[in-house]
Amino acid sequence: MKRVGVFICHCGTNISAAVDCEKVAENAKSFPGVAYSTDYKYMCAEPGQELIKKAIKEQKLDRIVVASCSPRMHEPTFRRCIESGGLNAYLLEMANIREHCSWVHPDDKERATIKATDLVKMAVAKVMQNEALVRSTIPITKRALVIGGGIAGIQAALDIANTGHIVDVVEKEPSIGGRMAQVDKTFPTLDCSACILTPKMVDVANHPNVNLITYSEIEKVEGYVGNFDVTIRKKARSVDLKACTGCGTCIQKCPTKVPSEFEMEMMDRKAIYTPFPQAIPNKPVIDRENCRYFKSGKCGVCQKVCPTNAVDFTQEDELVTERYGAIVVATGFDLFDESVYGEYGYGKYKDVITGLHFERLLNASGPTMGKIKRPSDGKIPQNVVFIKCVGSRDEAKGKAYCSKTCCMYTAKHATLVREKIKDSNAYVFYMDVRTPGKGYDEFYTRTTDQYGAKYIRGRVSKIYEKGDKLIVWGEDTLLGRPVEIEADMVVLATAMVAKADAAKLAQMVGFSYDQNHFYTEAHPKLAPVETHTAGVFLAGACQGPKDIPESVAQASAAAVKVCGLLSKEEMPTEPIISAVNEAICSGCGMCVPVCPYTAIDLKVIQERIHGKTVSRKVANVNSGLCQGCGACTVACRSAALNLKHFTNEQILAEVDALCL
Amino acid sequence: MKYAYYPGCSLSSTGVEYDISTKKVAKSLGIELWEIPEWNCCGASSAHLTDHLLALALPARNLAIAEEKGLDVAIPCAACYARCKATEVEVRNSKEMQETISAVIERQYTGKSQARALLDVFVNDLGLESINTLVNKPLKDLKVVSYYGCLLVRPPKLGFDDAEDPQSMDKLIEALGGTPVDWAFKTECCGAAHATTKSEVGFPMIEKILTAAKETGADCIATACPLCMSNLDMRQTQVGAKYGQNYSLPVFYFTELMGIALGINPQELGISKHFVDVSGIVKKLNEAAGRRDTA
Repeated sequence: MKRVGVFICHCGTNISAAVDCEKVAENAKSFPGVAYSTDYKYMCAEPGQELIKKAIKEQKLDRIVVASCSPRMHEPTFRRCIESGGLNAYLLEMANIREHCSWVHPDDKERATIKATDLVKMAVAKVMQNEALVRSTIPITKRALVIGGGIAGIQAALDIANTGHIVDVVEKEPSIGGRMAQVDKTFPTLDCSACILTPKMVDVANHPNVNLITYSEIEKVEGYVGNFDVTIRKKARSVDLKACTGCGTCIQKCPTKVPSEFEMEMMDRKAIYTPFPQAIPNKPVIDRENCRYFKSGKCGVCQKVCPTNAVDFTQEDELVTERYGAIVVATGFDLFDESVYGEYGYGKYKDVITGLHFERLLNASGPTMGKIKRPSDGKIPQNVVFIKCVGSRDEAKGKAYCSKTCCMYTAKHATLVREKIKDSNAYVFYMDVRTPGKGYDEFYTRTTDQYGAKYIRGRVSKIYEKGDKLIVWGEDTLLGRPVEIEADMVVLATAMVAKADAAKLAQMVGFSYDQNHFYTEAHPKLAPVETHTAGVFLAGACQGPKDIPESVAQASAAAVKVCGLLSKEEMPTEPIISAVNEAICSGCGMCVPVCPYTAIDLKVIQERIHGKTVSRKVANVNSGLCQGCGACTVACRSAALNLKHFTNEQILAEVDALCL
Repeated sequence: MKYAYYPGCSLSSTGVEYDISTKKVAKSLGIELWEIPEWNCCGASSAHLTDHLLALALPARNLAIAEEKGLDVAIPCAACYARCKATEVEVRNSKEMQETISAVIERQYTGKSQARALLDVFVNDLGLESINTLVNKPLKDLKVVSYYGCLLVRPPKLGFDDAEDPQSMDKLIEALGGTPVDWAFKTECCGAAHATTKSEVGFPMIEKILTAAKETGADCIATACPLCMSNLDMRQTQVGAKYGQNYSLPVFYFTELMGIALGINPQELGISKHFVDVSGIVKKLNEAAGRRDTA
């Protein structure tokens, strides 16, 4: 005889203001199987939990229903509670009478009470069908993978490595450093970006527990938490990293010039190159698409001048497979394509540039040696106009979201214009100034009050060339009139967008992304670095627009999650996964493509039928990969697949309880 | 290629040469235009300032007639096009609106028949290559600034070209053998009816466009809107006098330039209706053609 205990929580007044909790508890006493029913003000608090534990013992309860908030909130709490009370954790059922009832029906207590009673009735019916489930364990490979070698990836790698775990950092570009390496100064302190980044780059490169795998990409990811098998494509560098001393003679002698991606194409690099002087590894790579030797078979100068014979034209891409316990994804961001703003003439007018171009113009090792000069004619601009929210907060042409960093870096740019160019004017067109961050608003105030940047609230409608000037038309919405500025240079604060191949990587690793292709965290507040896929964590702007401090903080948080995972020899698995009834499985394979976690494959089993051994295919669920989403159970035509804890029978019992 | 043709009121009055040149050019290009019988006013700005339903119902009647014939509607006037396009989209997106409007106009209109700007039809349906092969009097050495006005390529989501820096008319000029001149005032507002009702607002707007066009060194302006034409052409002397300028900048409907390039006698295209003298340009083009013929 099953004995169900029902516990109705008031949640202070969150529930009891709209639901008559005593009455629900009273009603529950009559439901089949219920041996005990009561209510309490805060069931999740210590006395509430004690109440449950005591009742389990005294009333000899063998399964429990808690009617309170969402299971996302307190299911783990009550599972632990009944476990310590001596019951299997999966003999608990929660009825959500807060989010699903009291909060949405605050004005009709009578009917809300009826609804709460129904919800409890369903939970009782389900818990009667619940079975004790046992968590199994899987071993954990004590090695972490960080995808992306920007500031977030570097920080995560260092933090993981410092706890003694081995970390591989895979970076697509020839050097680590990422976007931060392109930035000149950082807000709100105006300290030099390279000065704080490059020591970290050196640290990570020299760390005994870190392996840098640059100029490489993720090719394939298989496996699951604790045991990801990752195939990495090491692109042919054409330079033997072991032999190369980084002397740079090859770069000097290379005859082919190519616009430098790192310098936003405002300066040339060679076909054999390091992206920037402080690159790590500080050893060159041959850009085969532009190299004269690879294009025509002639040249080979770099090979001839190399004193250590490190240049190797015959190198080929290499595929390596490694097993990892956890993955940190820190792939960063791209810039919005601002050419959709025809009215700004980006691409048409040379002196309309993006903020990242401007960073390079400010940088001492950039194309202008740190002097702010116009790309068109090298003149020093007197009037610089900044336009914020180019692509951000613009549903018509760009993205709906705020890119978060632009207000601050534009303030920084305006400050530097006023500081570096005598008698200059910095005009900033803005929609709002958003500076929530430590020391941020003070920085902005300094930009306007001390440095005298002129902030104009309004959008720019048009930019056109007149002689060597850029005429900027905009609106000052505070004065309510149009403004016209003769500018020498216009800097667009372009939106941060997800990497062009962000979706591809997410699909390969197997986690989710949003409509903007930013990676989705498991919970926006309480699980901001986790993904819905166990063992995969997020750091930096791949999850959404972020500045440096935030990226670093998230990277350290992700590192802690990784270390937590790697600190164990093995980990328990969630038993709420699909199970196959092999007797009725026809092996049709419909479930295989449906599974978003590639957890199902077909295996061959052998049976004896009428004395003969027959082999046939049946579905096989990998318990490490299955996340218990239940998609396969819907696809299965013979109902051979059933999701434990949410079996067809359990769901039907709930429906029957409500409808019959 | 066959389209229903909706000329609208301007093309039978101030913009009659737009109508004449459109018909001549279409015929020459082998495009059949079936003029919607007993077409009514599109409502223009008056209707949509008065009543939303009225603003949709007026164009809907014309579109419904075209739909009965299974034809898309080619519309030269930018304002008519904008009103018709707005109606088409609203009807297509709302079953309820479709029923309301059909009840009002006592005809079925489902939004299947589409409102198309004439420029869009020429450039994107017929295609620049086909047009280019039919050119026999190229607009040689003629520098043209294309003026699209405020309505032709907007709103951005419905337009057939970039709403801020459109290219289709420029490409058409190039296909006609002319030299398109890039400028930043392609979609600047000409002031619309303000030139008539509030000249202190309207005239400076016209002045900006004419000055900018003059500064590019262009020989003429091409437009696709009868009201833009009125403001830039008819008002040009008046505005010039007010600002102490002598623009002498001929303004053409793009269809007139097409007609000339296709070898139609300019006089047959209605260019004698213009206020600003275009004879200089016609002469220049004739001379160029003459040189080519004798060469």
